[in-house]
Amino acid sequence: MSPTNVVKPGTKPVQPASNVKTLQIDGKDFSARPEETILDVARQNKIFIPRLCELEGLSDVGACRLCLVEVKGSNKLLPACVTRVYEGMEVTTNSPRLAAYRRMIIELLFTERNHICSVCVSNGHCDLQWMAQKLGLTHVHFPYRYPKANVDASHERFVIDHNRCILCTRCVRVCDEIEGAHVWDVMGRGIDAKVVTDLNEAWGNSETCTSCGKCVHVCPTGALSEKGHAVAEMEKRRHFLPYLTMMRESQE
Amino acid sequence: MNLEELEQIAVTEREAREKVRHEVRVCMAAGCLSCQSQGVKDALTAEVKNRGLEETHKVKGVGCMGLCSEGPLVATSEKQMYKHVASADAAALVNSLDGEPVKRLDCPTDVPFFQRQKKIVLENSGVIDPERIEDYIAEGGYRAIVNALSDMMPQEVISEITTSGLRGRGGAGYPTGLKWSTVSRADGNPKYVICNADEGDPGAFMDRSVLESDPHRVLEGMLIAAYAVGASEGFIYVRAEYPLAIKRLKTAIRQAERLGLLGTNICGTRFSFRIDLRLGAGAFVCGEETALIASVEGKRGTPRPRPPYPAMSGLFGQPTLINNVETYANVPPIIRNGGAWYAEIGTEKSKGTKVFALAGRIENTGLVEVPMGITLRDIVYDIGGGIPEGRKFKAVQTGGPSGGCLPADCLDMPVDYESLAKAGSIMGSGGMIIMDESSCMVDVAKYFMDFCMTESCGKCVPCRVGTYQMHRILSAITNLTATEPDLKMLEELCDLLKNTSLCGLGQSAPNPVVSTLKSFAEEYRAHIHDKKCAAGVCGAHENGGDEKSKPEEKNEARELSEVGA
Amino acid sequence: MSAYVSKPQPPTQDKRWKLVDATMRRLGHQSRGLIETLHTVQEAFGYLDESALRYVAMSLRVPLSRAYGVATFYHFFTLKPAGKHTCVVCLGTACYIKGAPQLLDAMQKDLDIKPGETTPDGNVSLLTARCLGSCGLAPAVVYDNEVAGKVSPQSLREHLSKWNHHES
Repeated sequence: MSPTNVVKPGTKPVQPASNVKTLQIDGKDFSARPEETILDVARQNKIFIPRLCELEGLSDVGACRLCLVEVKGSNKLLPACVTRVYEGMEVTTNSPRLAAYRRMIIELLFTERNHICSVCVSNGHCDLQWMAQKLGLTHVHFPYRYPKANVDASHERFVIDHNRCILCTRCVRVCDEIEGAHVWDVMGRGIDAKVVTDLNEAWGNSETCTSCGKCVHVCPTGALSEKGHAVAEMEKRRHFLPYLTMMRESQE
Repeated sequence: MNLEELEQIAVTEREAREKVRHEVRVCMAAGCLSCQSQGVKDALTAEVKNRGLEETHKVKGVGCMGLCSEGPLVATSEKQMYKHVASADAAALVNSLDGEPVKRLDCPTDVPFFQRQKKIVLENSGVIDPERIEDYIAEGGYRAIVNALSDMMPQEVISEITTSGLRGRGGAGYPTGLKWSTVSRADGNPKYVICNADEGDPGAFMDRSVLESDPHRVLEGMLIAAYAVGASEGFIYVRAEYPLAIKRLKTAIRQAERLGLLGTNICGTRFSFRIDLRLGAGAFVCGEETALIASVEGKRGTPRPRPPYPAMSGLFGQPTLINNVETYANVPPIIRNGGAWYAEIGTEKSKGTKVFALAGRIENTGLVEVPMGITLRDIVYDIGGGIPEGRKFKAVQTGGPSGGCLPADCLDMPVDYESLAKAGSIMGSGGMIIMDESSCMVDVAKYFMDFCMTESCGKCVPCRVGTYQMHRILSAITNLTATEPDLKMLEELCDLLKNTSLCGLGQSAPNPVVSTLKSFAEEYRAHIHDKKCAAGVCGAHENGGDEKSKPEEKNEARELSEVGA
Repeated sequence: MSAYVSKPQPPTQDKRWKLVDATMRRLGHQSRGLIETLHTVQEAFGYLDESALRYVAMSLRVPLSRAYGVATFYHFFTLKPAGKHTCVVCLGTACYIKGAPQLLDAMQKDLDIKPGETTPDGNVSLLTARCLGSCGLAPAVVYDNEVAGKVSPQSLREHLSKWNHHES
């Protein structure tokens, strides 16, 4: 960063870049700082944009593709979570086309593993389930995959049920970025990808896990849960996250 | 090193050559090596030695001569080539040098396969010894970078490249000059130059051949690029599956360092540049530039959304120029001969030449370099020699898993970026697989979908699950168990993946399906309605080890209440 | 990195760890050297076992799970020792349309293993490659690092029986 008030001899003074960008979202005018994303502006102004991998306080990966929006002049759909605003941007957050894509993406997630809500600890408190209802998904027309996925209950307090995992990587990010332990990561690739602890050992044997439980609470579905909860009893608490993120940032 | 010293090396080398009366060139590229060309070379060397002819007869290992299907190839003069040479033929070949050619091994060179090519990238392939820098210098090598360093400003280098009209040879065809100038203007220090040698398209082997036959050309191209954009460090990201290319690159880097053409203060200027190799480890997605960068950084090769583009924020967050092997290989001749010279070759929007790897059901399998704008028919029938066994041409697949299948009515189309895209395929890196009626187009589409499914990194949902679903439907079609709703679902998924996937792999994964649905729709219909495969490929017998395509329950639309809500 | 963390020791006295250490030193013991180091380990030992991953991860200060994630992302890396012989069937496009699936079928039938597996007696590993770049020789197979072109199910069987024969 060079200070803006110093002008080298022989060069023209640089016009200071405007710190406010004005843009339109769904036909309404908004202003934003240049480092903000479409999602930031939408969130501040109570405009709903669906998303599953994004979580306030964690870095953004643009992986679930639910937050894709239409931007005038771009022939591609852009992920709202990572697309910065620019002057004169015109964003459409919902259209029949976007709605159809979003429903299909949710459908694909339902078919990928075994999401049986009626027996899930997170039934009623699940981001995936909530999003499906919000987007008006009434049935899944793609066939199910029914993979064999295991449940690891070796940890003293927590359980991971891979049948419910949607590979949003929130657990990977919270453990790396906030807790600083990086116990979780993704192994394999494609349809065979899976989250693992350490060298794919049983979670209970992990030598790096601090048992802080942050991964459990950021998990959008019933994949990560606390032991001892019956069906529909697992409620997640995430209020700590923005605070911790802020504290981590102020330290650095 | 300056121009005079370089010239001195070239002169010494040429003088040494003049003492040699007969030069016997033996192909030492991977194709011929796997037909035991090393043994042929050893036998020829021994034969020459036994006769005490070492002074006047030189046996030289060279790079690819192009006609890979006829290997091992040996050339005894510019016009005389031999094919299918065995060690036992050594004596006969040495005899022929001062006599009549050996008829039974003759490989005619006055045929379109050789005559219709225009060699720029491959000008030294099959001519020079890829393991000797002096041989490259004797052919004018490293003159472009030494010249540029002494006489050209970086801006002038970029403007020559812009004038040449060169476009990225990795597939997408982004204008190279524009890319260079973006990186050169980007804020940040250090900057990096990366050569993408992770040739991942199945059926493409141009880059491997260039690296094996003329590695210094790629180093020189990178040097020029580094000078132009202001980079001080470069990486070649090369497939671990190409051990010979890796070995020759390592040798070439060492030789260039020894002569002071790589390292600090090159040619006594302030320009410093070093090149390191990074080995890929078998991930097609690493051809995507952000995934490649992640891999060079030692991470999982998963792409990230762009912007920011690597030109602004790439390797280790610094401005990074990424081009592929063939693009860099085009650079030295452009700087040597001028951008205008290059711009005269090819079509209005696609300049220069393109190297294609011809394979599949075609008479002449191998590497060819042709001017842009040549028709597919010329490539397939004239240069390629047509379809063997009197069979009928059915389609040509270009662009690998991101490309499409072009039917016979596209044969008269010129080969350039725009025409291929308009016909529903892409230029891609240059693989051209020719198919005859023994190939089933649905099966081919399934093959590519299997590839994309296996190579999907798994980061974004549409590609991870969508490729699985599409592969499942295509398997059902080739098992002759699919129904009309399956076809509709397939089309929906094509549209979804194209528009919502994170990177190029997912966005282009539907291309082989879309292009075959467009040109060979009747084959899909025959599989679904009449339960017939005209090529006789599909049916109860499943190809390959396809444990992933188990017949699954039919696609009843299930109420969400059963599984969700 | 200011906090002191003691340097990990190689898992065994095996001299091959010196090669691995040399690679890590060349790359400045930085996390970015992970893939290069894994290449060296695999070249030296034939595969990546748990102790190797742990040692490399700790030496380069890479989280264990990330090392595991990288090792399993790239198909070139293998976590299991290969058989005495390896047979790689190329599944590139040219090989595919010229009969590679039939070769794979024959292998699977004869050896009763799937791609990526090794026969129970540890004699033969069956692998596939996405493209060897030897399309002119399609269909191509690599027998113990030696590329063979224009392979037929019959010539493949002959080669396999040679391997099995020598064994008995």
